[in-house]
Amino acid sequence: MREGLRIVLAKPGLDGHDRGIKVIAMALRDAGADVAYLGLRCTPAEIAAAAVERDADVVGISVLSGAHVVLAEQLLAAMEAAGSRAPIVVGGTVPEGDAQLLKAMGVADVLPVGTALDEVVSRIVRIASEPAALR
Amino acid sequence: MSDRLAYDKATAELPGTTTDSSIEVRPLYTSDDLAGGPAALDERLGLPGQPPFTRGPYPSMYRGQLWTMRQFAGYGSSEETNERFKFLLRQGQTALSVAFDLPTQLGYDSDHELARPEVGRVGVAIDSAEDVDELFGGLPLDQVSVNFTINATAPIILAMYLVAAERQHVPYERLSGTLQNDILKEFLARKLFVYPPAPSMRLAADVVEFAAAHLPRFNPISITGYHAREAGCDAIQELGLTMADAIAYGRELVRRGLDFDAFAPRLSFHFATTLDLFEEVAKLRAARRLWYSIATEQFGAKDPASGRLRFFSGNSGATLTAQQPYNNIVRSTIQCLGAVLGGAQSVHVMGYDEAYELPSEEAVTLSLRTQQIIAFESGVTRTADPLAGSYYVEWLTDEVERRAREVVDAVEQSGGAVAALEAGIPQRWIAASAYRIERELGSGARPKVGVNLYEDEGAREELRLFHLDPRIGERQIRRLRERRAGRDGGRVIAALRGLAGDVEEGRNVMPALVEASRSGATLGEMSDVLRRAFGEFKEPNPW
Repeated sequence: MREGLRIVLAKPGLDGHDRGIKVIAMALRDAGADVAYLGLRCTPAEIAAAAVERDADVVGISVLSGAHVVLAEQLLAAMEAAGSRAPIVVGGTVPEGDAQLLKAMGVADVLPVGTALDEVVSRIVRIASEPAALR
Repeated sequence: MSDRLAYDKATAELPGTTTDSSIEVRPLYTSDDLAGGPAALDERLGLPGQPPFTRGPYPSMYRGQLWTMRQFAGYGSSEETNERFKFLLRQGQTALSVAFDLPTQLGYDSDHELARPEVGRVGVAIDSAEDVDELFGGLPLDQVSVNFTINATAPIILAMYLVAAERQHVPYERLSGTLQNDILKEFLARKLFVYPPAPSMRLAADVVEFAAAHLPRFNPISITGYHAREAGCDAIQELGLTMADAIAYGRELVRRGLDFDAFAPRLSFHFATTLDLFEEVAKLRAARRLWYSIATEQFGAKDPASGRLRFFSGNSGATLTAQQPYNNIVRSTIQCLGAVLGGAQSVHVMGYDEAYELPSEEAVTLSLRTQQIIAFESGVTRTADPLAGSYYVEWLTDEVERRAREVVDAVEQSGGAVAALEAGIPQRWIAASAYRIERELGSGARPKVGVNLYEDEGAREELRLFHLDPRIGERQIRRLRERRAGRDGGRVIAALRGLAGDVEEGRNVMPALVEASRSGATLGEMSDVLRRAFGEFKEPNPW
């Protein structure tokens, strides 16, 4: 992978399940990416601001409470308002039907529970590596 | 005559293997592995119901009373959850266990901006004492034992429960059940904290202190390793971190001037039970012995009940897989068996569909049936601590205990549980362990059927999942607003001022919270008083 991909990871909403996102953060760091993990209960505006400030190549959020659709919608709006064009990836307990809905809303990829760690890393890296002009 | 040399030679070439917690296991254990021989083993074990309680907290164990079958439930508003409670009791469940939604656990009313997407989603939404009245409508609180999985807002929920009991004319001393109220493990793993560790500790201790005086049949805290395990640590860390937290609570209460024996008999514990059957049983046996030694040696307990560890076992959701979900039924069965062989006082079995959603009614029923089959058909309940004396299990019990003590020592060297958590130290241990497990799953070093062994490409079973009605949240908000409009505003304001005063003066907050609950003050309003006084906590960076 190319050096220095900038990745912002965060947990929006209220759920505290941060095992998955921390594991992914560590794996992306080991793969050479520059990872910022913003922590729990971030507001959409905070995540969007961090994406702009860090000039993120991709923003990943993890939701395990079932509130992924509403939270992704809020984040997409906040990203647009903040002027960030970074693609958004959503992970967590996302049923297949909701995954299609999220993609139709403009989410770049959905990584439901049960996705192998290597695959999570390679899909996030691939999305982060797409030239910004194609976004 | 056995020929040990010949045996060792025959097995010398076997590849090495370790338990789930990386303890190296030999192909065979014999009486030579019992440290100090049989007499010393008897010392370390005692008898069931006798110190050091390795073999169980009670003499008769399951011959006297089966474990409590306690399925965790709650969703939507108090009405829906009340219905599910009644359904579970009709199915033969013997006590209730309440799951709360995230806004309730974090001190937000249902109409708060952060709350709205999450109302009623992972548990029941509670805004005021009236919601708790409805939650237990038709369920006499002097007859049904209730477990509350609530921590940061535990004092408020307890206050509302006490008010619900008052309205049912049930005296406090008749109430039985357990309040989780273990805030330290929120910082450690579960992450639903609000205030910083030190004031959070004060609130948890207020509850235990209040209960020691007024709630003789109620467990005011359940000191929990379960979530640390779910977040990725191993069995040894789970036990060690739980004990380190228990020491911190014990110290805080003793510092307040309470006699250890006045509160310790009501302390309860909560562990995960995962799939490495013998290691899990060893962990649960070691837990009892370790707590007895801490209670007597560190706290000078004189009442044996102070060192008698009782626990609730939760099956591990982290061991369940989204792939081939029906395999989870088999996994849960092994885990439930481990909890029972380990001497659990109450058990929860996960629904096989929980990798996707809250369990469906079908999955919850099957979890309960799993417990009932183990209880009534397997025969494992006939004798206390049936694995005692197994060379392997006894050796492993000693080994887990020894290593867990090292974890306790490491936390103590970091300044004790509160200081270690403020600095983010055990949180990093857990994350590092979770990462190691995930890499082992990826490489195949950790076998998992359906994930890295015997995968079924494309064949995802169609599950009948639980679906939450989106109108429930709107209805909850409407009711909250009606109730706010209908109460005596002057009384609410006076009660909240009283609470703020008690917080500032360092008094126990429970009486003021009970009065505020009676007045109709909401969970969000009471939490805001505490938030203003204590501030909010942000976890240190994970690396």
